[in-house]
Amino acid sequence: MAVITVLAVLCVIPFHMGLSRVDTATVFFISVILAVSYRLITTTGDWGFAHIIFQGVGAYAAALLGKHAGIPFIVMVPLAGLVTALVGAIVMYPMLRTKGFGFFITSFAFGELIRMIWVKVKDPFGGVGGIINIPMPELFGLKLFSLVNYYFACMVFMVVSVFIMWRIDRSRIANAWKAIHTDDMLAECMGVNVARYRTLAFTVGCFFAGIAGALVAYRLGSIDPHNFNINEMVYLVIWVVIGGAATFWGPLIGVTLLTVVFELSRELEEWRPMMFGGILIMFLIFLPGGIESLLPALRRPPSEHYARFRKWLTTLRPG
Amino acid sequence: MALLEVRNLSKNFGGLAAVSEFDLDVEEGEIRGIIGPNGAGKTTLFNVISGTLRPSGGSINFEGQSIAGKRPSAIAAMGAVRTFQRTALFEDFDTMGNVSIARHLHAKETIFGAILGTARKMELANERRAEEIIEFIGLGEVKHELAINLSHGHQRALNVAMALAAEPRLLMLDEPVAGMNPGETAVMTDIIRNLRKDWGITVILVEHDMRTVMDVCEQITVINFGRKLAEGTPDEIVSNDDVIEAYLGSEDILGEDF
Repeated sequence: MAVITVLAVLCVIPFHMGLSRVDTATVFFISVILAVSYRLITTTGDWGFAHIIFQGVGAYAAALLGKHAGIPFIVMVPLAGLVTALVGAIVMYPMLRTKGFGFFITSFAFGELIRMIWVKVKDPFGGVGGIINIPMPELFGLKLFSLVNYYFACMVFMVVSVFIMWRIDRSRIANAWKAIHTDDMLAECMGVNVARYRTLAFTVGCFFAGIAGALVAYRLGSIDPHNFNINEMVYLVIWVVIGGAATFWGPLIGVTLLTVVFELSRELEEWRPMMFGGILIMFLIFLPGGIESLLPALRRPPSEHYARFRKWLTTLRPG
Repeated sequence: MALLEVRNLSKNFGGLAAVSEFDLDVEEGEIRGIIGPNGAGKTTLFNVISGTLRPSGGSINFEGQSIAGKRPSAIAAMGAVRTFQRTALFEDFDTMGNVSIARHLHAKETIFGAILGTARKMELANERRAEEIIEFIGLGEVKHELAINLSHGHQRALNVAMALAAEPRLLMLDEPVAGMNPGETAVMTDIIRNLRKDWGITVILVEHDMRTVMDVCEQITVINFGRKLAEGTPDEIVSNDDVIEAYLGSEDILGEDF
């Protein structure tokens, strides 16, 4: 029910706000795909630092194939996802030997390697200048150059992607991923092929990162390596940490809230990194489970809150 | 042909031979005990057989097929499943959830099946089987408790339930009664006996608690310094001079110190 209400609101609002806001909302949809897919990978315990790079892989795939092979938008977006999934699976193979902090650093190194390839290999990646003149997306004769039209295209991709990842999150496969996170040796001995399941999670996560990348490429019309630098990755981590990664809804909460904060702080441009760093530190200290960890408290009846409050008061009494 | 045939098995850690020239035959339907002093190589032997460690040499055959050096998940899929000496659980899940995850091998789901929700029937059958196992182990009352909130005895029982959920033909239990009180130990001993009686599962038991081993095993293998010291019935083992010297004797000496 809540989902239907949100969707209805999202369908109406682009007609009632300025075009820059429509564009912001489009970016928000892409961010949602990115954050939810990043969290999907982290369910196995693999906190990587290259998700933005995989978004870039999707963006480059869409830019190059869309430009040179003339593949239409509707085919290109999922295809960019598949290309990214393939690259992800290949990169994951050596990374399977690492876990925890080692995985974090290795993924960062592989990410930088891919970024260096974009910078150094001018043909076909275009070096620091990137790729320009990506064809305007078109859907059944409808020009998606119009911001409102593109808003709806991204919204559809976001809704479908989130729905698919939600289904996966409620499946047995996701339970196996969580089991690997808790105790990979135990999971392995219970018959879970840990290497295969970690690769599966990484590949699926990369698929959706690639979709987000293709949507970014078509939105901008030109891309370069700077679109996928470490700043963007840091924001992605902040979204997921602040929302929380334990449940499916955490990253959604995080990305929604921080997009609002980001927009409201437009005038404080140069203070933003400091502000977001501060928010991150505050959350890690006072609410390490993210905002989602507050949700169970909302479901408690008021009487229980009162009882807890009374109990808390007694701890303040000296002696 | 024995269900499990270990021949000339060795495992070295650098210069240290944790297991060497080890032979072991476990027949179908047996409850085999493996005992030995601390650091004798019991757990290493287990780790190598179950695939947690790679053997340095020798062969391991399960049902006539070589399992030496295979992944633990592949060995589990063939029907040889182990438990751990430590209490190993998926803490964020309840009893049911833990057993359900451990049914992984018998509840395959593809990513597309997950998205389309086509596995419902399989999941129901799966749930029934999980409940059966939970009842058998005696965890029915704590079916929906989070694993981390269970008592120690229940947690250890859950470990066995999870191993059972993988439908093993050979179950390898690493110190199943470690840290249990006498009451909990008696319950676990009964479970081990019933495993064979009701479900026909062959059991290998690595154990420190001598009474449990003498109680449930017909055949006992004694290991010391990574080598086989003796093998036989409980009566033969307790009267074997080598064993008394290596194992029981050393404990007597310790006893005098205290």
